[in-house]
Order: sequence, then C-alpha cells, then structure tokens
Amino acid sequence: MKRARMENELVSKGHVACPGCGAALAMRYVLSVLGPKTIIVLPACCWSVITNRHPECCLEVPVFHTAFETAACVASGVRAALEVKGDNDTNVLAWAGDGGTFDIGLQALSGAAERNDDIIYVCYDNEAYMNTGVQRSSATPWGAWTTTTPATHFKGQEKKNIMEIMAAHRIPYAATASISMPEDLMAKVERARDTRGTRFLHIFCPCPTGWRSSPDLTIELARAAVESRAFPLYEIFDGAKRRLSLDPAPPAPVADYIRPQGRFRHLDSEQIEAIQNRVDEEWLSLLRLIENNPA
Amino acid sequence: MKEVMMGDVAVARGVKLARVEVIAAYPITPQTIIVEELSEICGRGELKARFIKVESEHSALACCMGASMAGARTFTASASQGLLLMHEMLHWSAGARTPIVMANVNRAIAPPWNLWSDQTDSLSQRDTSWIQLYCENNQEVIDTVIQAYRIAETVYLPVMVVLDAFILSHTSEVVAVPEQEDVDRYLPPFKAALTLDTNDPRAFGSISGPIEYQKLKMARHEDMMGAVEVARRADIEFGEIFGRKYGIAERYRCEDAELILLTSGALGGTAKIAVDALRESGAAVGALRVRLFRPFPADDIADAIGGAPKVAVIDRNLSVGAGGIFAQELKAALYDRERRPAVFGFTGGYGGGDFTPEVVEKIARRALEMDKPDSPTLWEAIP
Repeated sequence: MKRARMENELVSKGHVACPGCGAALAMRYVLSVLGPKTIIVLPACCWSVITNRHPECCLEVPVFHTAFETAACVASGVRAALEVKGDNDTNVLAWAGDGGTFDIGLQALSGAAERNDDIIYVCYDNEAYMNTGVQRSSATPWGAWTTTTPATHFKGQEKKNIMEIMAAHRIPYAATASISMPEDLMAKVERARDTRGTRFLHIFCPCPTGWRSSPDLTIELARAAVESRAFPLYEIFDGAKRRLSLDPAPPAPVADYIRPQGRFRHLDSEQIEAIQNRVDEEWLSLLRLIENNPA
Repeated sequence: MKEVMMGDVAVARGVKLARVEVIAAYPITPQTIIVEELSEICGRGELKARFIKVESEHSALACCMGASMAGARTFTASASQGLLLMHEMLHWSAGARTPIVMANVNRAIAPPWNLWSDQTDSLSQRDTSWIQLYCENNQEVIDTVIQAYRIAETVYLPVMVVLDAFILSHTSEVVAVPEQEDVDRYLPPFKAALTLDTNDPRAFGSISGPIEYQKLKMARHEDMMGAVEVARRADIEFGEIFGRKYGIAERYRCEDAELILLTSGALGGTAKIAVDALRESGAAVGALRVRLFRPFPADDIADAIGGAPKVAVIDRNLSVGAGGIFAQELKAALYDRERRPAVFGFTGGYGGGDFTPEVVEKIARRALEMDKPDSPTLWEAIP
C-alpha cells in the first residue's frame, strides 16, 4: 500500500476534539494538501469548538468563525475581496458539518454554487448535529438513533443525497471521500485545489460520541462504510461526468458496518436487511449514472 | 454638478463615489433601484467592484462581512423583511467589527403587505451595535453614504444609512453630486487594521469565556458611545470640503420655543414648514431632527431642547406594547437630567400616510393645548 504523504502539518497539538474524532483527521488531510495559503471560514459545527478556546487555536491558517448558515456566502465574500486585491492563489475553504450543509446552510451553498463562486466547500459528514449533542439532521441515515430520534422512534427517512444536489448545480468538481482512504482523499483535495469555481468535497467522518461506537473503531467504520458500499467514493465533473474512485467487489455486508455502532443497536435483522437492500439499490443507480456519462 | 435623482439613485452614486470594492445585495421594494443602478454602474465599469448577486439578504450581509474581513470596502442595501432576515448577521457583522455600510429604505413590516414608509424595520435593530443615520432629503442621502464610510472605518462598526420608502427612495430631487477628487480627499482607501491574512494567521471569533466576552462587548459599547464625536467630526470635515453639513441633531427655530417637535427622516423637512406656519401664527414652536439614532446623542438633544417645557415626538414607527421608539429613547435620555420637559409621544404614518405640514401643525396644536400628555402614546391617524 502506498503511504499518504503529509506535505503540511497545519493542525497543531491542543485541539479539543473527542477521542477518535473523524472530523479532526479530515482537517489534517485537507490542510496538508491546501497548505498555509488557505483561509478557513468556519460556521457553527464541531470544529468551531475543536479549534480550542480563545486565545488558543490549533489551526495555523486564518480562521473566521461565522453563523451556522453562512459558510458558503462568507467564503464568497472573502474570495471577492481577495480578487479585488489581486490575490488569486489563496485557497478559500468553507468547512462545515452536515447540519450546516445539508440543512441550515443549503440555501447559501446553493447560491454560491449557482454563481460558481471560486471556493472550496468541505462538508465533513458525521451524520447528525454532534456538537449540540447528537440530534438528527437530514444527513442522518434511516434507522439511526439520535437524541431527537430515540430508538423507539428512530429516523424514518433516508439520508439526503447532497452529491446529486450539488451535481444539479453543474459545479466543476464534486467528490466524496473517506478518512479511511487518505491517499484518495488527498488526491481529491489536490484536484479541487487545482480547479477553479465552486468545488465540493463530501468527507465521511465517523463520530464515536454520536454513533455510540468505540473511538478505536473510527477508521475501521469509515472503511466498512466504503467497503459495504454504504458510502461510495466517486467524483462528479461539471455536474455531469462521474467516476467511481473505488469498486469494493465483492462488497462487505452492510451489517459489518452497522453492528459495531450503538446508534443502530435497536435494529433487528430484518431492518438491517432493509438497509442492505437500500444500499444495493443506491449503488446500482450510481453505477447507472456513471455508465451514462463516464468521466 | 447638480443632477435630478431619486433617493435610491443618490445611494448608488454615493457608493460609487466611495469607491466600494465588494457589493452583495438582494432585491426588495423599495430598495431595488439601488441594486439596479449599482449593477449599471458596475456593468459600465465606472466602479471596479465585485457585485455578488446573492440568494438572500442574510447571505448579502454575510458576504459583505467576509469581504470586509478580507480587507475590502463593502456595501449592501435592504428594507423591511430583508433587513429583518439579516438580523442575525447584523449582530455578527458588528461583533466582528466589520465597517460595512448599508442603505436601508424604511418600509413597513408585514402582515399585511405594505410597501410604504415605516421606521420600525431599522429601529427594531437598535440593539445590534449598528450605527444608524436617518436622512431628510436626497442630498443628505448621497452625502451621508460618503460620511458613513468615514465613520465606519474610524470606529470599526457598521453604519446603516436610512431613508424613507418612496418619500425619498422614489422621489426625484436636485442633488449636488460631490466631485470624485474631493471624495477621494475626504475618504482615503480602506486599510483594515486586521484581516484574514495568510502571512499573519489569526482566528476571529473563537469560543471565549465570560471575561473575554464581557470585555469585548464593553469595548464595543465604548467605541459606539465614542461614535457620537466621530460622526460629528466626520460631518464637520465633510462641510469643510463640500460646503454642506447636517449635524447629528439638527435644530430649527428652537430659540425660546414653548414646544419642540422632535422628528427624524424626511419628516424633518415637513416639520420645518409646519414650524414656519406655527411661528407665523404666533406659536413658539421649534423643530429638532435627530439624524444620528445610534449611538443616541443624548447630550446634543438635551442641549437643543434647552428649557423648552414641551417636546412632541413624532414617531413614524411603533414598538407595540411600548409606543413610539424615538419617544422612548428621548424619555430615557432625559430621565437623569435636571430639565425634564413634558414629552408627548405622537405616533402615526407608519405603513404610509401623508405626513403633510398641516398634520404636523395639528399635532403641535394638540400638544400646545395639553398641560401634559393624557396618554403615553398619542395616535394621529393619517390618511
């Protein structure tokens, strides 16, 4: 296996993420590729706490904390100002969680994507409002327990397909990535960095605190999501051409991914089977999209 | 050079003269002419700004905040529901100390739908740490936009330039357009003290404890209070270059007045006409127009009122459950003073209604007839 090389280490010691936080790793990998000429716009999310309390900050690039729903539009403003000043090579990175992306920030993100503003938008997806104590978001998968979808009344809706929403905006580049596949993740960040316009990265980040999983399983769970096809890795170019990054064939059973997580503990084998069927269907429809317009 | 223009156009021309670098805005009646005019100005290349046509007012202000943090001079405009949608970002942009300038065209808040003048939209933002300046006419609009950048970039607080829906926004008046070289002399390019700079990386707005939070907020309050003098100086220095100044609370025939009519916005002009007629008929009435609402220039206002026994505030706004907002502010400002006139809190004309000089005279006569107000809020229905 090729070893991922970290070009830049811009997350210093002293972050305050929970043990086993997938989102903390995601930031390390992304900044390692983007480097020090990066400005981060950070809406309300786990990372607005992870940076640490004033006057400490574990990020060695400029950070602007902003309101929940404003990551994309503040980033657009930063980019506009840099353009006016003649700075075209600083990366402007909007870094939001799934709540700030799939839910409250979707309007601003849609606006920035429709204008094709020159920003990199990363959604680190831990599939619920984790910073506020594990409440369901529209990124929470069917069947999951959260504090607002208790086991007696677990989430009854499917996860929103954010990638296809972004594709519908015809942005130049969108990709999914997993912290368990750092080479692939960093190659995608590189591609995003070297593209202009709105670039969207959807990074899958297990959250031991919210998933009721063991902190030492974070990487394994992220890998199991990919290998079971529950979280497919692919890219979309110009909202049209698609490319699969990895074809886990034969796929691992979804149960391997589901069972170690406390948030799915209440599900019986029939319900897990239903998830398996849904994952299979989604995979097939993704393959069809890729076959119709391969990159 | 003198030109005939609507208030909204005056705003856009002021923005152009201020050499704004980033504009983000969303359309709402009666502000739309501002964004249309700026689109034309930018399209023709007369202003080298990046104009981001955002998908909401909330994003408009957030976008300006990002641009301001990255060192650009920024502008947005809104009204009514749009301003209310911005509310969260009004607090955030002021807390982030971004010197944004916004034009707000006072329009009534729904329901029911109503497009006409009502100051409740901007006045209900009084606790957001935005400086607010209310304009009487279109000349003052263009001049105040330019002054606003001077004030904002001195105190690092955003400034709202406020004008009445239709009465100013869509009414054509003769405006002396300042010369660009004079404006450049008055308003040097914006150089932000701290920016999002990769050569000097900093975190802005990180989670803070009670002490840091209180210190920051108190510092903002002190700077806001200091903005009275900053606004005064900005106006005086503007006068030295352009030959026009307005003060922060403008007095009109207040000497020996038995009654002072306290107004704001376009109503200030109407009040002057009413005062002339009242004086003509032998009534000792003066007018005081409050131009700077936040920070509230309490000393200036108390000084202007002097020994007048009565003040009639005419509020084209209403804080439901409390009364007219300028009346509340005035009463609070006078409470600790030795000379406390009777304050008559008249309210009306919100959601439109033609505040003619005759209506203002009628209000004055009502106040003159009473020893003291028979109700804390006196309604004057205006057709």
